[in-house]
Amino acid sequence: MNQPSLLSTPSQTVGPFLSIGMTWERGEHVVPAGTPGSFWIRGLLLDGAGEPVPDGAIETWQADPYGQFAHAVTPFGSATHGFSGFGRSLTGPGGRYGVLTVKPGRVDDGAGGLQAPHLDGSVFARGLLHRVVMRIYFADEIDANAVDPVLSALPDDQARSTLIAVPDRAGDYTLDIRLQGDRETVFFAV
Amino acid sequence: MSTSTPSAETALPRFRRDPDGTHPALLSPEYGSTRLRAPLQAPVDLPQRLTELTGPVLGEGLVRPDDADLTRRYAEEPGGQRIIVSGRLLDNDGRPIPDSLVEIWQANAAGRYHHDQDNWPAPLDPNFDGMGRTLTDAEGRYSFTTVKPGAYPWKNHQNAWRPAHIHFSLFGRSFTQRLVTQMYFPDDPLFGQDPIFNSVPEAARDRMIAAFSLQDTRPNWALAFTFDIILRGSDATPFESEGS
Repeated sequence: MNQPSLLSTPSQTVGPFLSIGMTWERGEHVVPAGTPGSFWIRGLLLDGAGEPVPDGAIETWQADPYGQFAHAVTPFGSATHGFSGFGRSLTGPGGRYGVLTVKPGRVDDGAGGLQAPHLDGSVFARGLLHRVVMRIYFADEIDANAVDPVLSALPDDQARSTLIAVPDRAGDYTLDIRLQGDRETVFFAV
Repeated sequence: MSTSTPSAETALPRFRRDPDGTHPALLSPEYGSTRLRAPLQAPVDLPQRLTELTGPVLGEGLVRPDDADLTRRYAEEPGGQRIIVSGRLLDNDGRPIPDSLVEIWQANAAGRYHHDQDNWPAPLDPNFDGMGRTLTDAEGRYSFTTVKPGAYPWKNHQNAWRPAHIHFSLFGRSFTQRLVTQMYFPDDPLFGQDPIFNSVPEAARDRMIAAFSLQDTRPNWALAFTFDIILRGSDATPFESEGS
């Protein structure tokens, strides 16, 4: 392993006024409204007392429906035209977030298998000195979830359930994110 | 486990973990807001696979030409000391990160944010919104023209004041490199009592402090500070040997 020559800049909180710098027009649209097959993933961002976090942000990153990423430098496949793969939703007074997206395809797991459809998520807020990283899976992908290496490595179904969005009759999904407490979301060190 | 098959993933770089002593502990009780918001369970190791090794291409539709100059957005100039804040976005092998989105936000010269939740009695400036955005150039350089933000009080503890700072948001090239930080100014007497600044291990704090640069000042116009931002580096990559 190379010896790094420069030391990384430390992380700091986004603070309470993140919306000044982090507001994007249609940031929560990973795909344009009206895209066939699109749906919302929505939920609450909650603190350790179960109170909504009104000054937070959720960012999502995912493959397109064919399992390809709109990555800057990869020569290994391009994503669907116009598909950025990235969403950003700032929470408001009720602590709600939401991204409009399509279900990602399955992606190579690096060991000859496939991962279940998932989004990577970053959570930022006042009071979070470093982003926290989670994933969003889909409850209607039972077979794929059962063999996903990340979900399989978690200790139990309760832990897995903190990362699995549940569909409703309209075809949208719900997943609350709990920063702390009994049902604390599983966060990752990446 | 089965043998790895050659795949796109095996050709992408893995990003090194930052050593202990780089980042703040999520639970830093002196910063009161961490007490109910810091996760208390140890994070689970997530091996870097394709989703973590790739990242978005951002910029189109997000960055307007005047977004890098926070002093020319309104009819009049904002009040305060005009400054140029510039630097490079690098990984910790010193490789520049080109074409990457840099977002900033800050208080005005009186220490007041243009935000409906900031209501301490310092004047708002109708000519300053405190938002800046740009893309790094081919050498990873960025530059903003703004005014020096003021310090401001907050309710964390008795007579608490935040040192002057500018929020920076960086993406790098991959999900794994994402970083949000704050840039501080040299020799601020408020450092000692600020739990957010001091949440960072002592040896790493000076990496958040910009340097005054006489060389980068614009004569008869603006003072200048430089601030290089270092993101996690990777093991050698195919892209490196291919050159550019």
